[in-house]
Amino acid sequence: ALHCDHATMAQNGTIENGLARNTSPLPQPVKIPEIKHTKIFINNEWHTSIKGKKFPTINPATGVKICDVEEADKADVDEAVRAARAAGQRGSEWRQMDASSRGRLLHRLADLLERERAVLATLESMDTGKPFLHAFFVDLDGSIKTLRYYAGWTDKIHGKTMPVDENFVCFTKHEPVGVCGAIIPWNFPLLMFMWKIAPALACGNTVVIKPAEQTPLTALHTGALIKEAGFPPGVVNIVPGFGPTAGAAIGSHMNIDKVAFTGSTEVGQLIKAAAAKSNLKRVTLELGGKNPCIVFADSDLQSAVEETQKGAFFNQGQACTAASRVYVEEAVYDEFLRLSVERAKNIAIGDPLEPRTSHGPQINQHQFDKILELVASGKKEGATLECGGCAVEDRGLFIHPTIFSDVKDHMRIAKEEIFGPVQCIMKFKTQEEVIDRANGTQYGLTAAVFTRDIHRAMSVSAALEAGTVWVNCYNALHAQAPFGGYKMSGNGRELGEYALAEYTEVKAITLKLSERLTL
Amino acid sequence: MFAAVLCCGLRVKSQPIHTLSYFIFINNEWHDSVSGKVFSTYNPATGEKICDVQEADKADVDKAVQAARSAFSLDSVWRKMDASERGKLLFKLADLVERDRAYLATLESLDTGKPFLSSFFVDLQGTIKTFRYFAGWADKIHGSTIPTDGEYFTLTRHEPIGVCGQIVPWNFPLVMTAWKLGPALSCGNTVVLKPAEQTPLTCLYIGALIREAGFPPGVVNILPGYGPTAGAAIASHMGIDKVAFTGSTEVGKLIQEAAGKSNLKRVTLELGGKSPNIIFADADFELAVEQAHQGVFFNNGQCCTAGSRIFVEEPIYDEFVRRSVERARRRTVGNPFDPTAEQGPQVSVEQQRRVLELIQSGITEGAKLECGGKAPLSKGFFVEPTVFSDVQDHMRIAKEEIFGPVQQIMKFKTIEEVIERANNTEYGLAAAVFTTDLNKAMTVSAALQAGTVWINCYNALSCQCPFGGFKMSGNGRELGEIGLKEYTEVKTITMKMSGKKS
Repeated sequence: ALHCDHATMAQNGTIENGLARNTSPLPQPVKIPEIKHTKIFINNEWHTSIKGKKFPTINPATGVKICDVEEADKADVDEAVRAARAAGQRGSEWRQMDASSRGRLLHRLADLLERERAVLATLESMDTGKPFLHAFFVDLDGSIKTLRYYAGWTDKIHGKTMPVDENFVCFTKHEPVGVCGAIIPWNFPLLMFMWKIAPALACGNTVVIKPAEQTPLTALHTGALIKEAGFPPGVVNIVPGFGPTAGAAIGSHMNIDKVAFTGSTEVGQLIKAAAAKSNLKRVTLELGGKNPCIVFADSDLQSAVEETQKGAFFNQGQACTAASRVYVEEAVYDEFLRLSVERAKNIAIGDPLEPRTSHGPQINQHQFDKILELVASGKKEGATLECGGCAVEDRGLFIHPTIFSDVKDHMRIAKEEIFGPVQCIMKFKTQEEVIDRANGTQYGLTAAVFTRDIHRAMSVSAALEAGTVWVNCYNALHAQAPFGGYKMSGNGRELGEYALAEYTEVKAITLKLSERLTL
Repeated sequence: MFAAVLCCGLRVKSQPIHTLSYFIFINNEWHDSVSGKVFSTYNPATGEKICDVQEADKADVDKAVQAARSAFSLDSVWRKMDASERGKLLFKLADLVERDRAYLATLESLDTGKPFLSSFFVDLQGTIKTFRYFAGWADKIHGSTIPTDGEYFTLTRHEPIGVCGQIVPWNFPLVMTAWKLGPALSCGNTVVLKPAEQTPLTCLYIGALIREAGFPPGVVNILPGYGPTAGAAIASHMGIDKVAFTGSTEVGKLIQEAAGKSNLKRVTLELGGKSPNIIFADADFELAVEQAHQGVFFNNGQCCTAGSRIFVEEPIYDEFVRRSVERARRRTVGNPFDPTAEQGPQVSVEQQRRVLELIQSGITEGAKLECGGKAPLSKGFFVEPTVFSDVQDHMRIAKEEIFGPVQQIMKFKTIEEVIERANNTEYGLAAAVFTTDLNKAMTVSAALQAGTVWINCYNALSCQCPFGGFKMSGNGRELGEIGLKEYTEVKTITMKMSGKKS
């Protein structure tokens, strides 16, 4: 039987509450997985770092080093860019290939991820601290589905013909941008890897991708699968390393045509500035959020509690979509709070590799300290601590799921992105008031509305300044639907058909003829 | 038959996974015909019967429609399935076709008479690619949200139409099946499909693969039978929402009439052609000769796109005729399983007779028979590669679709003249222009009334590109993104908003 509180990991890569759909035995983590790939991946080969540097990657649940990984710096990034440039030039195998053949390769990679699913989920769990079952059912599912979704797009990237004036024929081609740099975070390492490479490769680009220094392992394992799938050398290059060195090298590289970054707003701003200062490379950013949930009195309250909790505590609160502000209509506030606290206290904390666990450690000491500092500020600024608010005794980087009530909008916990398992619950009276309060932030990534009323659902979702608005659900993400931020939560959109626009460069070709064509 | 496969040096599986089926496929099960009737299918290379097949008639169509309707009901597995899952099933089907590629190619050659290497490399490839292409579309069928006037919010859904009747021809049985099933299933419809009576076998095998792939019962139903019975029953069925037909213009008209008379079911038609191939003096000569040759002789001349009117610019006309005749004489005709045979038999004795009759009319009406003109072998339904020169536009061979290995070559002087003559037909399926001049290429391709215009190539078809006819060569387009349009019904949903928010 499934003991996990955050029960079903649904087929579509979201967590839905309720019982697991299938009754087959739960997948098991691989015991003592062999870490085969710890080097820099360029031209389908494994390289040591040019400067001879290595860095350790740690299991946050135990504090123990997993292994050392070769550390890429500027020189390695240069090598990778050279490889990517060569692989993507006119006449190369990658450029000459039928578009549909690119799709076959992406499908093959998805098949290989399926084959290696348990290993990858184990590595991901060890490297990030997320529960193994979450990694297996959410991260791996989303990764595979994203690949298959974009595999289907490759030969459907259409330009247009258009009726221009006089004796000209005009049509557009949607060409690859070129060499795409990608810098991805540590909270969903493999999933973010796929969100970046899938659309990039679908559109015919080549890639230089830097996984986060905290979590390089699944990216490197995927390098081996990319080679096995048959991608030509240099199409995908993986440069594990640190932001200020390898990341900055990508952001300001003169020979990278586009950079896609997912991470904090602060670093996103640096990347955008570097892109401008160097060669005006195209930029897409997926940044932070301070995402509001709005619970109306006419909602299904039990469901609203479950969904908002999921929103706040999933992945130990380490999600850009974290629902760290919950506005509850006055009439149901006390009941909502009571149910939330009761639920939060029952969240199963433990070894991420154990099937019962739905709450693991924070990623590292730095994050851990930052979260507890913000919790302290909450107490200091006068919010009421309902549960949690401290580290789990004798348990390294684990923090108890924490709920604050009586939170005021000016408090730090109500304004700053916490990136930890901390939920702030506030009270509201009217729809107009709560919309203003929800929108009163520089962020604008996601939001949610809980109500049974059709009018309210439509008008509130229309009014919220957020790239994704969920109605009566949370974290319902799909490869087919666009995702991205308003305001300082980002620039551009990932996923869906929309991502393709970020990975193509439009060329208009205009032919002059000796006389007008019949239109 | 497997000796032929080995002799091509291909490493193939020697046994197919499923046995050959001769039954009607409804609800993922094999049925006898309600009437008990069977019909025979023949190997056109030898004239011998291959086997008997259960013959579907109106009563079987009724059963199939009931199954398809049930599989389409609002709470059915098929309707509730994620769109991406539909795509997965289509991918699985493509993989299974690929697994059984050699067997299917063999069966296709046996039933149609097309050379085995063509079946394997052209028909099977086209089939697999088409299924994969439409598999990729399944979860990308987008509606819109629309800024309407007034206090409303509007969105559209592109829903499946419902039960789609599909009638496919005998010239490319498997490929045509993929062209029909691919978009229909991608968009979430259910299907009642009738293969041609001359060539039911590969289509029935697809039924076994559909079940193996995991499509729910009733989503695809396959009814081998005849046009005037099963086909007509589909066209006039009150429980079928859309009919797609590929075949002759004559029958296409009947189908559209029946659709109107019955329940106004949506209709798409891919019909005949008399496609012009225009060769300018500045063309790459070698390329033009070879492409013009393949353009009319491919598939034993049995293509709706056959480039059966070749207009050659006066200065190169004589040489073009000479070289085309030489090429036609070199065209090897023989057993489809002989890897050196470029051409097999016509699909049936009726088709063979018709082609020979039209050849006779060419001779009678005064065209110059340069080579061929006869049935070369006593066994099988073969016709020699035949070339006519000095063809005049009024002759039957210049106006009627021959559907056989007969090439017509005519002379032209000016660009305006040839455009007018090329367009002077009620058909409009395909056309081609051979020239190295950019202006000519763009001008002529814009002026031709044809659904596909090839420049310096012929029969370059790919599933990503729309295909269909102007005028009486058809209605609607298949393939490409546009092909999806024919398999969706647009629903506009308009909600009143309490206050307008832009």
